[in-house]
Order: sequence, then structure tokens, then C-alpha cells
Amino acid sequence: MNDADLLFKALADPSRRKMLDLLHAHDGRTLSDLCEHLEMTRQGVTQHLDVLEAANLVATVRRGREKLHFLNPVPLQEIYERWIAKFEKPRLKALADLKRKLEKPDG
Amino acid sequence: MAKSTFHYVTYIRTTPERLWSALTDDTEFMQQYWFGVRCESEWRAGSSWKMVHPDGSVSDAGEIVAAERWKRLVIRWWHQRNPELSGEGESVCTMELESVGPAVRLSITHSMEREPSKLIGAVSGGWPKILSNLKSLLESGAVVLDDIGRK
Repeated sequence: MNDADLLFKALADPSRRKMLDLLHAHDGRTLSDLCEHLEMTRQGVTQHLDVLEAANLVATVRRGREKLHFLNPVPLQEIYERWIAKFEKPRLKALADLKRKLEKPDG
Repeated sequence: MAKSTFHYVTYIRTTPERLWSALTDDTEFMQQYWFGVRCESEWRAGSSWKMVHPDGSVSDAGEIVAAERWKRLVIRWWHQRNPELSGEGESVCTMELESVGPAVRLSITHSMEREPSKLIGAVSGGWPKILSNLKSLLESGAVVLDDIGRK
């Protein structure tokens, strides 16, 4: 599976999207913290986290004996740039041109 | 004390040497993916560090805390421009590079010893754009966003 396949597979599951929502609301959670907010077994949460990590949507940091989970939006930014960003460009350019024209000293 | 942190990761098909250079001394390259910004420093522990904009103004300054070439860079980072953000004091930004197969895993951890932090909120929106630009520039030679990535 390539990166995009892993990403969309990870996003396809509602429980995994809820986990991303939880991290979005409060980043750097431990496994136990996540389990408290989800109605599933600890093992279930771990498996979902593995899928999210494989897709690079969740990145972890070790702090002592704890593992903290962070939402990693970089792959989502790439998706945004792939299909959306290019449509914004002409509009922003038009605004910049307008601003330049209006602010020209001799009008 | 409470802490505000974000931790971003991207995998880039390049070498640690090339990536290190892109993040440090290759300022011309940096300006291409960092929306015109360049970071100036001697990139050694203890040397000063500053972020210079195209108009020559400095928005952020600080010091290199640790610099292990091709591996790890830690910057003491203090915003200077917006009083609401500068009033929060120093933050710490850690960049780590690790070879993973044909790619390099680049992680950026930026944190401040307060919760919530406006600075962390502000920079957390910018980093994904910068990282995504850096990745495509190193992998394909072109940035995806140029002018529009700026807030």
C-alpha cells in the first residue's frame, strides 16, 4: 500500500476519526487517557492507533515510561495541497493585484 | 508546569545530509519552501539564531541549544514581533532526523512551558505548510504553495 492508500484507509473508520478528534481537542494523550474516552478495549484502541501511526496521522513521543500520542496533520496538508490549494491561487493573486492597483500613489 | 506542545512528522525521500542542509545553512533553498523566510545562524551549540523575512525584519530570535549534524537540532525560540506572543517568553523547537529505508523521518517538536500558548497555536498552523513544501521541493524540485501559504 502506498502512503495515500494508508492515509485514506486510516480515515475510513469512524473510531479512528474520533481518536483524531480527541487528539485535535487535546494533543499529547497517553493510551490510558484515550481509552477513557472510547468505548472499546485497550487492545482495540492500540490496534487503531497502529493504523493511524502507519498512515503518519499520529506521531508518538516517549516521555519516561509513557508514550504520548500527537495528531500529525502533515499528510492532511499534502491532501489539501493536492486538490484544493491550486484553486485558491488565482483568487489570492486577484486580490493581491487589486490591492497593488488601489494602493498605487497615482491611482 | 503545564506544557503546550505539537509534534509533527514527515517522511522525505532524501538523505539526512541534504535535509540537514535544507534546514540550516542552505538559506537560498530554505527561502523557497519557507515562504521567503531564512534562518540565520552558525548552527553550533551556543550560537545565536534568527528568522529573517524578505523585507529584512526579524520575527523570531534565540539560540542553538544543541546541534548534532544530520541528526538533531534544538533551538531556543523567542518570538519578537507580536506582543501577545512575545510576552509568553521562550519556546523550544527540536528537529530530529532519522534514516528510514529510502527516506528520512523528520520530526518537529515545538513546545512552551505554558498551557494554553498562543505562540504554539500560531506556529502549529504554519509548520505543516512548511514541511509539506519542504518535502515536495526535496522530492520533486518544486514547491506546492508559494505565496498562498502565508497567513
